[in-house]
Amino acid sequence: MVLHELIDYSTLKMIWWLLLGVLLIGFAVMDGFDMGVGTLLPFIAETDIERRIVINTIGATWEGNQVWFILAGGAIFAAWPPLYAISFSGFYLAMFVVLAAMILRPVAFKYRSKRPDPSWRSAWDWALFTGSFVPALVFGVAVGNVLLGVPYKLDSDLRMTYDGSFFGLFSLFPLLCGLLSVTMLVMHGSVWLVMRASGDIARRARRTGTVAAGFGIVLFALGGYLVATGFVEGFRITSEVDPNMAANPLAKQVVVEGGAWMRNYAAHPILWLAPAIGFLGLVGTLILLQTRLEMLVFGFSKLAVFGIISTVGVSMFPFILPSSVQPEASLTVWDAASTHRTLFNMLVATAIFLPIILVYTAWVYKVLWGKVDEETIERDNHTAY
Amino acid sequence: MEFDVVDLSRLQFAMTALYHFLFVPLTIGLSVLLATMETVYVMTGREIWKRMVKFWGTLFGINFVLGVATGLTMEFQFGMNWAYFSQFVGDVFGAPLAIEGLMAFFLEATFVGLFFFGWDKLSRRQHLAATWAVAIGTNLSALWILIANGWMQHPVGSVFNPDTMRMEVSSFYDVLFNPVAQAKFVHTVSAGYITAAMFMLGISAWYMLQGRHVRIAKRSMAIASAFGFASALSVVVLGDESGYEANLNQKMKLATIEAMWETEPAPASFNLVAWPDMKGRDNLFAIEVPFVMGLIATRSLDTVIPGIKDLVEHSKDRIVQGAIAWDALQKIRSDPKGVDEEVRNTFARNSESLGYAYLLLPFTDNPMEATADQVDAAAWSTVPNVLPMFYAFRIMVACGFFFILMTAVFFYYSSSGQLDALREKRRWLLHIAVWSIPLPWIACEMGWFVAEYGRQPWIIESMLPTAVGVSSLSVTEVLLTLAGFVALYSTLLVIEVALMIKYVRIGPDDGDPADPSSETSPRPVSGAAPVPAE
Repeated sequence: MVLHELIDYSTLKMIWWLLLGVLLIGFAVMDGFDMGVGTLLPFIAETDIERRIVINTIGATWEGNQVWFILAGGAIFAAWPPLYAISFSGFYLAMFVVLAAMILRPVAFKYRSKRPDPSWRSAWDWALFTGSFVPALVFGVAVGNVLLGVPYKLDSDLRMTYDGSFFGLFSLFPLLCGLLSVTMLVMHGSVWLVMRASGDIARRARRTGTVAAGFGIVLFALGGYLVATGFVEGFRITSEVDPNMAANPLAKQVVVEGGAWMRNYAAHPILWLAPAIGFLGLVGTLILLQTRLEMLVFGFSKLAVFGIISTVGVSMFPFILPSSVQPEASLTVWDAASTHRTLFNMLVATAIFLPIILVYTAWVYKVLWGKVDEETIERDNHTAY
Repeated sequence: MEFDVVDLSRLQFAMTALYHFLFVPLTIGLSVLLATMETVYVMTGREIWKRMVKFWGTLFGINFVLGVATGLTMEFQFGMNWAYFSQFVGDVFGAPLAIEGLMAFFLEATFVGLFFFGWDKLSRRQHLAATWAVAIGTNLSALWILIANGWMQHPVGSVFNPDTMRMEVSSFYDVLFNPVAQAKFVHTVSAGYITAAMFMLGISAWYMLQGRHVRIAKRSMAIASAFGFASALSVVVLGDESGYEANLNQKMKLATIEAMWETEPAPASFNLVAWPDMKGRDNLFAIEVPFVMGLIATRSLDTVIPGIKDLVEHSKDRIVQGAIAWDALQKIRSDPKGVDEEVRNTFARNSESLGYAYLLLPFTDNPMEATADQVDAAAWSTVPNVLPMFYAFRIMVACGFFFILMTAVFFYYSSSGQLDALREKRRWLLHIAVWSIPLPWIACEMGWFVAEYGRQPWIIESMLPTAVGVSSLSVTEVLLTLAGFVALYSTLLVIEVALMIKYVRIGPDDGDPADPSSETSPRPVSGAAPVPAE
């Protein structure tokens, strides 16, 4: 059967690069406000009832949102096996820290309300904070490291070895990216709370959201400045590349040079839309948070997340995981994908199931929509977290 | 004892998988039981069934979150600890994992929120649909994971490509309809159903002994024993199917389960009890049942089942063939474009045994120059330790037959309306049911052990040895994460069990027994959950 040849191999690789973006943005948009809300929890809510309000704005839906993370992991495994293998083993201890933090999250949601003891509840509040803040930070730090190049090597059997260390990940530029990631998600979570909570919590969330959006603008601009001026060097392929080639990350020449991450913008000015949307989202959120247009501001907050993540993607294209110590072993869209057949089969599965997921997720949100306040918590006392 | 990265990574995978599997079977089974009970509620309108769903749902929730939490580790551990394996198989193995997310886990995780929070926001039928979505999602999840696992046990529908150094899909259809995966799926899911049934049966028996919540306990027992009896029968029958598939595909696994060192004339006898001696390569003693083994594994009287020693001899041939493939692969890798067509043909002819050449690498750098002793040592490394295999399997099977007996007895008493008599006359039966609660977990973990330890030294049967699949990590790194997982998981397990016990002690809300309408009228009930969560 040659059904998969309906679509060119190189086109499929492009589609999967876009889908990778869709999944990561889906994760950041959907689970992002959960992580923002969790990070804010100990600071924005003082009494137990306030904390319960904050938790219950996401209590019924965070679980589905987290599947975006699982799905992104699975899709990377299926479509970009070397990316899956090198990134998770290369960031080994950082991944462990993220997993340990994320493991606390489901448990904290469920177990917090099972006992009235204040110290029990406070412990789970901090578990929720950890499970939200740590992944938000580490994901940003990881993206920063990817932009710098990750210190891995490949031998001729494609076995990978690493030169880096856990603490080596936390250098200046990656920390900046980590900070931007936390700021962006805190903003996104604040906007969510403005929509779903009321009274004091919504008022405080309006303030944290405004501050976060402001910081976000500064950090995003600073990151862009460091890349544009060549402080952060980029990677460029210098040899011929056949987009239809079979996967082999070792068949090309690559140089590291300042400004290489800006080349795509020079070649295709339309790509400036990505950072522009990022800034538009941040500025829009900053301004609209001062108004009553709650749903609209959430739209702008989503735009900000979309724009910021897309900027990373289009700056690096066609690279998806550059190597700082053996640049020619960098993974690109063209040489790190699964086979033609697998990409096609996975595309069919995604085309069938992703729309279904979006429909039922939207329905579930519709059913559960509404402001959460003291009254609703009292009323649903036995089911609410 | 000195550990290397391979041992530690295996230990970590085993520990995290076994731990994950403490929660998965109960989730699989209880989700279906909840949906069944809720169906009864919607069809009859009897409030008591809703209270049952809410009570067992509370316990389901406490268990469910840990399944979700520990599942995260499983999804990412392949990349973290088994990077070479991940690069080697992603083209085949990644797809079922991704489809699991798309088709199953999204469904389950999205609707589980509605299950807990949607009682007052949905119509009865809508809520029932949400509960079924959780149950179906959970079971489909198991399907896709076992398709992935089944492929590792029996790598069909794929070929090794020397230019990309990985296994690539040749037929997605064959991967999906892998007979090993299908047999595993039904066996594993049935095991989950029994786990949930024995759990409900045991807790209900405890209430009967205490004389509390008797109306709910009786109904729970009725449904658990019927469901459990059907599942217990199917798990044994389908387990037999697994054994049959194992004989076709993983002969060594079968031989070690049976501690069958020598090939016997057909039909082979079954070792009921034995003491296998790994060093002496024989059983110190054995009690044999004639013919039974041959019948189970081959379903015939005249098919010979090879013993361990003959399988090792066979492995030697594969190792020699694999060395030829390995040598050709080195030539292809050093000059992929210029290499002679004849070398590629040599590789293609022998590539099915490439994995066997890797078994020589611990003994020599060049498999082509291996001595007879090295080939012998490599061939014997294909034999997993026989003693734990032998007993893990027997413990699992003994549990399986015990479940059939237990569920049958309770099914008899409940269908003949004699459950109340148990409380007066046969309290010992109720005591047994309570004490049997841990048994399904023991059986499930033993089953995992037999399936996974039993395919060692292979991470992908006959294609890639486990030791080759590991990431290039340091011992310190893996020790750190192993210690971290042990500490985190142990803490969570203690908390989970304590909460389970707390909520079992609190028990379900019986409604008002004096008020007959509390059982029959479909009036909306407020505060129907077991305890308000202040």
